[in-house]
Amino acid sequence: MGYEILGLPMAYYIAMVLKVLVVFVFVLLTVAYATYAERKIIGHMQVRLGPMRTGWHGLLQPIADGVKLFFKEEIIPSKADKFAFLIAPLIALVPAFIGFAVIPFGETIEVGGYKIPLQIAAYYDTASGQVVDLNVGVLYILALASIGVYGIVLAGWSSNSKYSLLGGLRSSAQMISYELAAGLAIISVFMLSESLSLQKIVADQANGAWYAFKQPLAFILFFICSIAEINRTPFDLPEAETELVSGFCTEYSSMKYAMFFMAEYANMVTVCAVTTTLFLGGWHGPSFLPGWFWFIAKVYFLIFTCMWIRATYPRYRYDQLMRLGWKVFLPLTLINIVVTGIIVSL
Amino acid sequence: MIMPLINGLKITLKHMFMKPVTLQYPDERPTPSPNFRGLHALKVSHSKAKCVCCYLCPTVCPAKCITVEAGEDQEHNKYAERYEIDMLRCIFCGYCVEACPVDALKMTGEFELANYKREDFVFVKERLLEK
Ligand code: SF4
Ligand code: SF4
Repeated sequence: MGYEILGLPMAYYIAMVLKVLVVFVFVLLTVAYATYAERKIIGHMQVRLGPMRTGWHGLLQPIADGVKLFFKEEIIPSKADKFAFLIAPLIALVPAFIGFAVIPFGETIEVGGYKIPLQIAAYYDTASGQVVDLNVGVLYILALASIGVYGIVLAGWSSNSKYSLLGGLRSSAQMISYELAAGLAIISVFMLSESLSLQKIVADQANGAWYAFKQPLAFILFFICSIAEINRTPFDLPEAETELVSGFCTEYSSMKYAMFFMAEYANMVTVCAVTTTLFLGGWHGPSFLPGWFWFIAKVYFLIFTCMWIRATYPRYRYDQLMRLGWKVFLPLTLINIVVTGIIVSL
Repeated sequence: MIMPLINGLKITLKHMFMKPVTLQYPDERPTPSPNFRGLHALKVSHSKAKCVCCYLCPTVCPAKCITVEAGEDQEHNKYAERYEIDMLRCIFCGYCVEACPVDALKMTGEFELANYKREDFVFVKERLLEK
C-alpha cells in the first residue's frame, strides 16, 4: 500500500476503476448476447431455430454482426444537420450505460482491508459502518432515461427526412406519457422505503417482502411503462417499419445505426436492472450463492420476459398507445399512490 | 382483457419447448411434392425431344418467355431446332405443360435455379432435355 491519495491507498482506487470496467464490460457483453438471445428465444417461440450457422448454434453471431456493421458504408444525407446527426447516436447510447452507476449489484467486498460496495457510485463509510450511495439514485436514473430520448428526437430531426422526424416525435410523445406513469409507479416504492437511495430500497426488501409483492400493481405498471419508454415491442412505434420505414433511424447506417441498436438493448438491460433493484429485492437472495449472482439471475429473467413479450404481442396502434398511457396507466398509478398512502398512514 | 394477454404468453412459452420445424437448408434438403412446379424438362422419346414444334406453348405462355424455332429433319418432320425458356421471366404457372398436345413438356422438382449471370437463366434445348 505504498501510495496514498486523499488518505486512501492506491488499491482502493484501482478497485474503483476495476468496478467500473467490470460493470461496463459486463453490460456490453450482455447487450451483445441479448441480441443473440432475442433472436434465439423468439425463433424458438415461433418454432424456428434462430441463428445456427456462425459458430456452434450461431454463438458467434453478435461478433459477426458487429464486424459486418463496422465495415458497412457510412452514409450521411446531404441535407442532414451533420453535427446533430453524428452526436444523436451517442446521446442515445451514453445514458443507457451510465445509469448503471447507481445500481447496487452485490454485497460489500473487501480489498486491501477496505470494504468496497458493489455499486459504482457508492463508498463504505467506516465511521458509521454503512454503505453510502447517491441518495437520489432513482431520480438520477429517471433523469437519464429522459436524456436518452433527446438522442432519438435529434436523430429524427437531423436526418432531414419526414419519416425520421415522425419517428422521433412519436418517441418523445411516448416518452412523456410513459415516463410520467413510470415515475408515479415508483413513488409508491418511495412511500414504503421512505428513501430515494437504491441501497436503502434494496436493504428494505431484504428485511421484509419484495416490493413486487407489496406493490404488485406498481411493479407491473412500472415494468410495462419501462418497456414502453425504451421503445420495445409492443410499444416500438418510433421505428414502426410498416408506417415509418424504420422511424428515427431510417437514415442511419453502419456503426451509427449499431449505436442505436446497442442503445435499445443497453436500455433494456438498465431497465431490467432498475426493476430488479426496486421491486425484486436487488441482489438479495439465498446466501449459498453470492449476491451478484442473484442480481444477474433476476436481471436476465426480466430480459427474458421482455423478449417473451416481444414474441407474443403485436405492436400497438399509436392512438391506442397514447390512450393506454394517459387514460389507463396514469390513473392506475395515481390510485395506487392514494391507496398506498392510506395504508402507510394507518 | 387481462386473461387473453396471459394466455398469449402461455402459448408462446409452450411453443418455445416444441421441436423447431426449421430445415437446415444446405445440409438438409427438402423433397418437393410431386406436383411442385420447378424447372421445365423436355421429354425424350426415341432419343429425340418429343416436341413437334406446334407453337402452342409460346402462345399460351403469359410471360412470353418461351422461344421456339422450327426445323425440318431428314424425314421432313417438323422438330424444334431451337427451344429456349427464359427463367427470369417464367412465373411457373405451368400453362405450357397444360397446352402441349403431345405431352412433350413437364415440370420437375428442380428449384435451385440461382445463377451469377443473366445469360445463365436462359435454358436452351440441351439444358432442358430430360436427363
Ligand atoms: S410455366 Fe408459365 S410462364 Fe413459365 S414458360 Fe410455362 S407458360 Fe410460360
Ligand atoms: S406445346 Fe409441346 S409440342 Fe408444342 S411447341 Fe410447346 S413443347 Fe413443343
